[in-house]
Amino acid sequence: MNWLKTKNNTKLNLSDIPELRMGDLRKEIISLNKRPVAFFGKDWGLGRVKLFVVLADDKAGELYVSSALFAADEKAYECITNEIPSFHIFEREFYEDFGIEPLNHPWLKPVRRNQDKYPFFEMQGEEVHQVGVGPIHAGVIEPGHFRFMCNGETVYHLEIMLGYQHRGVEELMLTQPSNQLAESVCGDSVIAYNTAFSQVMELLKGVNVSDKAQLIRKLALEMERAAIHIGDLGAIAGDIAYLMGASVFGVTRTLVINTMLEFSGSRFGRGLITTGGVNFDLDDEKIERAIKTFAKVEKDVDRMAKTMLKNSTVMSRLEKTGTISTERAIEAGFVGMAARAAGVELDSRFDFPDKWIKELDIENKPFNGVGDVNSRFKLRYKEVMQSLSIIRKIFEKLKEFKNEPINCGYEVMNKENAKDAFVISIVEGWRGEVVHIALTDGSGALSKYKIKDPSFNNWFVLALAVRNNGISDFPLCNKSFNLSYCGNDL
Amino acid sequence: MLMKILNLIILLVVPFLMIGIIRKTKAFWGGRKGASVFQPLYDFVKLMKKDFVISKTTSVVFRIAPVIAISTVLFAALFVPMASGSALINIPAGLIVFAYILGLGKFFSLISAMDTGSSFEGMGASREACFTSIVEPAFFIVIASIMAMSGNYTFDSLSQILSSAGSYGVLITIFAVLALFLMILIEGCRVPVDDPATHLELTMIHEVMILDNSASDLALISWGAAMKMLLISSLIANILIPDDASALISVALYLLIILAISVIIGTVESAMARIRMSHVFKYIFIMSSFALVVLSLVVARMFGG
Repeated sequence: MNWLKTKNNTKLNLSDIPELRMGDLRKEIISLNKRPVAFFGKDWGLGRVKLFVVLADDKAGELYVSSALFAADEKAYECITNEIPSFHIFEREFYEDFGIEPLNHPWLKPVRRNQDKYPFFEMQGEEVHQVGVGPIHAGVIEPGHFRFMCNGETVYHLEIMLGYQHRGVEELMLTQPSNQLAESVCGDSVIAYNTAFSQVMELLKGVNVSDKAQLIRKLALEMERAAIHIGDLGAIAGDIAYLMGASVFGVTRTLVINTMLEFSGSRFGRGLITTGGVNFDLDDEKIERAIKTFAKVEKDVDRMAKTMLKNSTVMSRLEKTGTISTERAIEAGFVGMAARAAGVELDSRFDFPDKWIKELDIENKPFNGVGDVNSRFKLRYKEVMQSLSIIRKIFEKLKEFKNEPINCGYEVMNKENAKDAFVISIVEGWRGEVVHIALTDGSGALSKYKIKDPSFNNWFVLALAVRNNGISDFPLCNKSFNLSYCGNDL
Repeated sequence: MLMKILNLIILLVVPFLMIGIIRKTKAFWGGRKGASVFQPLYDFVKLMKKDFVISKTTSVVFRIAPVIAISTVLFAALFVPMASGSALINIPAGLIVFAYILGLGKFFSLISAMDTGSSFEGMGASREACFTSIVEPAFFIVIASIMAMSGNYTFDSLSQILSSAGSYGVLITIFAVLALFLMILIEGCRVPVDDPATHLELTMIHEVMILDNSASDLALISWGAAMKMLLISSLIANILIPDDASALISVALYLLIILAISVIIGTVESAMARIRMSHVFKYIFIMSSFALVVLSLVVARMFGG
């Protein structure tokens, strides 16, 4: 057995995970040819490094886990990227963290450290010019450096250099794991991150979460998705100077996040989710008000999105801008919304379904995107509508669980962790899959905490999307993905 | 004399109000209350009081460009009849001076943008130069054609076109006004050509060229840009206001037309998205084609049967 087959949200024993030589693991990965979900090293003592690999078979809803041990003097291996390009960013990260070099890697550049040594791609010629943007940008956004190689107005290549937000989150998780830390990793995916962290902790501590708490978490996750998507629809409208869209979507997003404020005391749902359940219950009065608000949200989003999609000046900006082909999206391993908009039906809500997908009777229609900004606009619109319908169903379902507890008390965090365990939890945030993996040692203490944000896979999409587009369309492409800097930099 | 003083006041104050009204209109369509229409004036005063920040990479060109920008617009304004129907300087072929004085101002704003050494500002300058080279001939064709009809080649003759040329006059008026209106959007850096409200430095045209300017330099440049819009709007007003209107009526009509133009610009900005940079040329060619229609109508009227 070279792979351990498992499901999402499971606890494995470290000793059950196969341990191979790197050469064999590489062959296995190439022959299995599945989508990488995690590929990370852990210090294994005596200068050794253990590499864990998690691959996903999304159609079957299964995960494949394996590992390889690098001896102290093993400092290189033949890279996988040349065979399966989607490993490129994972191998770069592994190299950066442990100095074990993937030989013949075509794009071995820093991920989040050593920016001063970043080897930029260079172009030369009479007409060629470089435009550097950032790390400090106009407007209130996160830091990141973009360097465009242009011929006149046309972009040949874009280099994205990140790492300015590196805070050592994964290391902090080992010493002070808490819901507060988890929800601070990426401010626009508070619910997704906190849900993933809580699920990891609950698996480690062997705690079960009540149905009611699960539903409230799911509700919050869909509210987060709806709110951010509506905000981004507005931002796309703002970027093309379509004032009405920017105003209407801006107002509508506020309705959603203000409802979250009413539920949890925070517009982004901070403090709502805790290990073992949720912190706030919803009474009938709040639910009634929310149902009314969401009805209005649904109406406004529907009307505004349809108006925009009918406006010829808007369509001329959105269509065929920043196109990513389906083949490219699969090849480079894009995930989440960016992949779905390019015609790759990846959604961990449905690929790794929990019991609620069936109980709430949630169906998922394929989107068939063509990968341009227009597709991403329409996908966001579709997902807002889908989220709002899920929210309606959850409100309905919540009535059945009136008297259930919402959490298991606040001592949960003090419970002992399972020993020598490997726990994985994947949550579909609005951007895509948020993956949290935790390892414990023989005493039950956390020995490794790995986080993978969808942006980690997807930043390269942006670089590909703007090729051969006008440089003035870059902000629009960027906004249509709205990738996370802090989620990548950790 | 009174009219001349009035013209001067209009020239100095109305540009701020135009911008204020455009913004107010946009706020209205966006469902917001919006800032006071006097806000651009308050901003001007605020900027005049501020201290300069000047990049070390710039030379003397960067320092003198804002002054040249405002003084060229002020000089060009002397050739344009505003509310009174008669310009301060009324010489034959004033049009040439008018256009090239404005061109001089633009030239300095371009090289001042290049002077900062910023890649954004270089891109902005290149876009501005590119679009200007297409707008300028169209502007000449429209105004010179109309002037040719009256035979005396002064701006004062603009107001005679509607009354003197019969049904041709009406057609010429319509196309000339359309061409000049498109020119306001282009020269005034409004949507759909440029977006004055954006913060995205990669998509800007005019705004990006003045990224490095601050304090009174910025105030003068913004004032000059607004004044340029007023000048082109004044040409439209002069074409539309009948030659024989009394002074009071022509002032009222003038202000009404400026107000209408501002509201229309605000509405256009609210109702449509900005066009893609590579399509801006097509848009400018619409203005050129209107200009050619004016020319052909004038030729038909003068030499036709």
